[in-house]
Amino acid sequence: MTAPASTQTVDLAARFPESVTADTRPGFAGFIVKKENLLEVATAIRDEFGYDLLTAVTGVDYLAENKMEVVYHAYKTTGGPGLIFRVQVERADPVEVPSVTGIWLGAEYQEREAWDLMGIKFSGHPDLRRILMWEGFEGHPLRKDWKEAFFEEEVKPFKSRWPDGQHTYAEFKNPFRDNLSFPENFDPEKYEPENEKDLYASLENHTLKGEGGLKTDQIVVNMGPHHPSTHGVLRVAVTLEGETIMGLKPVMGYLHRNHDKIGERNTYLQIIPYTDRLDYFNSMSNNFGYCTTVEKLMKIPVAERAEYIRVIMAELSRIQNHLIFIGMLMNDLGTMYTPSLYAFEERELILDIFEAVSGARMMCNYFRFGGVVRDIPDDVLQKIKDLVVERIPAKTDEMERFLNDNEVLMGRLKGIHVINAEDAIKYSVTGPVLRAAGIPYDLRRADPYSIYDRFDFDVAVRYNGDLLDNYLIRFDEIRQSLRIVEQALKGMPQGPINSQKPAYQVRVPAGEAYGRIESPKGELAFYIVSNGKPNPYRYHVRPASFVNMTAIEHICRGSKIQDFVALLAMLDIVMGELDR
Amino acid sequence: MENEKLSLPNYNIPEDIQNVVAITTLDRLYNWGRRSSVWPLMFGLACCAIEMIAAQTARYDMARFGMEVMRPTPRQADMMLVSGTVTKKMLPSIVRLYNQMPEPKYVVAMGACASSGGPFKEGYNVVAGIDKFLPVDVYIPGCPPTPQALIAGLIKLQEKIDKQSIKTVRWYDKNKADSNYVPMPILGPDLIDVRRNEEYKKAAATKESAS
Ligand code: SF4
Repeated sequence: MTAPASTQTVDLAARFPESVTADTRPGFAGFIVKKENLLEVATAIRDEFGYDLLTAVTGVDYLAENKMEVVYHAYKTTGGPGLIFRVQVERADPVEVPSVTGIWLGAEYQEREAWDLMGIKFSGHPDLRRILMWEGFEGHPLRKDWKEAFFEEEVKPFKSRWPDGQHTYAEFKNPFRDNLSFPENFDPEKYEPENEKDLYASLENHTLKGEGGLKTDQIVVNMGPHHPSTHGVLRVAVTLEGETIMGLKPVMGYLHRNHDKIGERNTYLQIIPYTDRLDYFNSMSNNFGYCTTVEKLMKIPVAERAEYIRVIMAELSRIQNHLIFIGMLMNDLGTMYTPSLYAFEERELILDIFEAVSGARMMCNYFRFGGVVRDIPDDVLQKIKDLVVERIPAKTDEMERFLNDNEVLMGRLKGIHVINAEDAIKYSVTGPVLRAAGIPYDLRRADPYSIYDRFDFDVAVRYNGDLLDNYLIRFDEIRQSLRIVEQALKGMPQGPINSQKPAYQVRVPAGEAYGRIESPKGELAFYIVSNGKPNPYRYHVRPASFVNMTAIEHICRGSKIQDFVALLAMLDIVMGELDR
Repeated sequence: MENEKLSLPNYNIPEDIQNVVAITTLDRLYNWGRRSSVWPLMFGLACCAIEMIAAQTARYDMARFGMEVMRPTPRQADMMLVSGTVTKKMLPSIVRLYNQMPEPKYVVAMGACASSGGPFKEGYNVVAGIDKFLPVDVYIPGCPPTPQALIAGLIKLQEKIDKQSIKTVRWYDKNKADSNYVPMPILGPDLIDVRRNEEYKKAAATKESAS
């Protein structure tokens, strides 16, 4: 069964009696580390205790206690439960905490995010700039005392917007009659925009130096945010020398929709449809991750039949995600449209199933705490069966046959190095990219959740870590997912689909939970702190796309510009999840 | 109907050549050409963009309406399909793209977000509807609108094109040459719409006393 993430297998406090204490707050686990000793303790956690994968770094603002906390979740790539440790500092603007990027490179973007949204300054960070908002934005939005321009009340449900039969608009409550807030006596005409000086300065600092010999000029090219192959609104500033990428800095936040802040105002149930819109290809997986986390906090079981339904939906979602991945990759490589038309044809059939069970094609909003919202009718089960037994296996083979004999494609994929195992772990890369580098780390096996331990499937793994392996591993995963769905269909019992009664408000005891699932793109995790109220006190999403992006500079520096889109495509990012 | 008036030239064809000659108006011809080859800007913002792609694929096939030629460059596009959440950070780029599109140009707001901010309206980085900046021709409700809804919206746009007359459209009017130019917003402490500077100044000056 699911191993709770809080199970401690090491006693950090015994190893560092001076600087580490166990966290004894009810509902919390892990260790509190003194700020001064953080780096020493963190090094030991990685080297002595073997927690080589730092998955999440995030902050929590305890306004009432005048404290800010940075929470770290570390895991072992050999599997097993994780280790939670945290640093608490007195609240100030900004607070300072040492950066752990020297120990786990994967912390880089997450620490930038914590700086941007919470105002936690990480000393020793190589490139501490805002990441989701723009430089010059006023304030750190996730602090509890920061209010957005359309602020109505602390938490939802809000009071009626139709008091006395009169409708009011959010705009009317704001002095600027819009979603805006400017400091007092602000004069827009005298304002000097930042103009991204910091971005270009940092790009220059992180650029490789040419190797003597011929003197060449470097040029800076901006790709995006409007570019057909950046998979949405990502922008990348690239320094080129000839065709070689010497340095690059991604600029994100063009789709930052304030998921965390809105989530903290919402009730637990209201968040579910918002999670649909994270990774909008896989709303089922997002629901899965979120509900698993809240169920962990609530300590409720999931109805048996619902567990099977959940697995079926999550795996179908993975299949269509990988199909689209393959189609889109071909688009990026220049086989405009034809392969992706094939992929979308199959995707439509899977979306039909989603629509039949949930009522929506993309934004399914299908999971509930303790189960799912509706049962699967028998004819839909039959449809799923036909799909996974007959149609999709045949179509996957067909696609593979059409594509993999193509010399041009193979020429573009083979031997172009993406990332090796060691670096992938250092950069906290998870999902297919990590597995294509030779690490068989799949949460369905490594840290099993739901009922994945009942199914017989292999963790897809390949060893070269080049573009070709990254591409082929998607086919492997489709086949494994098909196996899982087939078994789930056979094993699915009759019975209720939810262990709880339907309710608008759920009671969530105080405490914290970190729930992780293997989404098609990597580890998708939610970190929730509850204080027993109907709304989460802290709600944080740890998306696979965002953390995997940390490695992009490392992956692309030194390679050719024409491979860049393929390398980026391999990370399989989706902006809704990356920017949230 | 206006549409019919535009299409019927009100001209009597002599009886002996009625089967050989057809007469229509220049408006009709002009509109027919434009409505059947609306080239959208290849431009996706968020979740809605995925349904836009789905509408292009085999099952829905937007090509039936002459709209399959997605142009990645704004210089060749006729229509901007704002498909997704408009964030403050993205807005300057959207406005720039719009300004770079040649006339005649249309804007379709696809989905709740582009129309009004949608589920994310309260977010601090979200613009509550693209119509605060660009003139929108068609709004398509939904979150996301299904491909069918999208196609229905685009047919509405075609109907709108059908009603335009070459004599009155803004892009042939010398005096209105730049009427559709939208000044670039600036990213400051918050999003600055330069057309509203005076208003901001006034509100910011009285902000403290008001609250
Ligand atoms: S309207 Fe809905 S589906 Fe469309 S971009 Fe907004 S949240 Fe996404």
